Amino acid sequence: MAEKSVASTVTPDAPARYEETRQEERFLTPPVDIFENENELTVLADLPGVSKENLNVRVEDNILTIEAKPDKNGKGDSLYREFELATFYRQFQLTETVSREGIDAELKSGVLTLRLPKVEEAKPKLIEVKVS
Amino acid sequence: MMLARDLFREMDALRHEIDRAFQDFDKSWAHGGRSRIGFLPGRSARSYPLINLTEDENGLMLEALAPGIDPENLSVAIQGNTLTIAGEKKAVHPDVKVEAFHRNERAAGRFVRNIELPVPIDAEKISADYRQGILHITLPKSVEAKPKRIEVNVV
Repeated sequence: MAEKSVASTVTPDAPARYEETRQEERFLTPPVDIFENENELTVLADLPGVSKENLNVRVEDNILTIEAKPDKNGKGDSLYREFELATFYRQFQLTETVSREGIDAELKSGVLTLRLPKVEEAKPKLIEVKVS
Repeated sequence: MMLARDLFREMDALRHEIDRAFQDFDKSWAHGGRSRIGFLPGRSARSYPLINLTEDENGLMLEALAPGIDPENLSVAIQGNTLTIAGEKKAVHPDVKVEAFHRNERAAGRFVRNIELPVPIDAEKISADYRQGILHITLPKSVEAKPKRIEVNVV
């Protein structure tokens, strides 16, 4: 895996966007939505044709890696081709505010939903204003 | 003379700036491969969903790339030789405020696509199923389109 890792020079506020590969295999970058609320960060990624067994989501050294292999489905002779699925691969640099524990992943209709809870210190604290 | 040199320097700076703008674009689209598998990205010149069509002796198999759709919002119809795939991809997160987004690359919206089929199809026997974000449609050929085996008699 080492050759596909994100370079360590990336700054924490600029997520790693592209990955250089040295393998022959082609990689696709899945489109993602990332949004956050007070308690968690949600990542949605389109991974069509991927079954649970071939999906690999991991966090190492603050880098979130999504890697997925779509099922091969090529019977018959091809008449017309518009898309070709290949291994999906994408990495993101996480900040310290995301907890390593309790990351929840769900795969449904070709869409991966990841919920990354924030650490307690990063959640906004409501300070009550007393009127004296 | 002075004016001319300044003009060239300015043009050079402008060229650099344009190059830089396109570098980012190139990396994310041309090399990142996102555009090749995107679904409804920007409702651009291409038709969505993207399809693959294969054939064997019994019929045609069509795969349409449509991740993240509720199957209830998907419809497949055939009239003559025209297959129509229509549907709507709902935004999964309508409540999320715009400023809460770090990235928003997955599009949502309605789509419709008509596909002209190359062989006559038995409309009664078409089946479609949606799994893992891909719509699989099996289109059996009509009897007259199937190859007929002719036995050779030895005399």
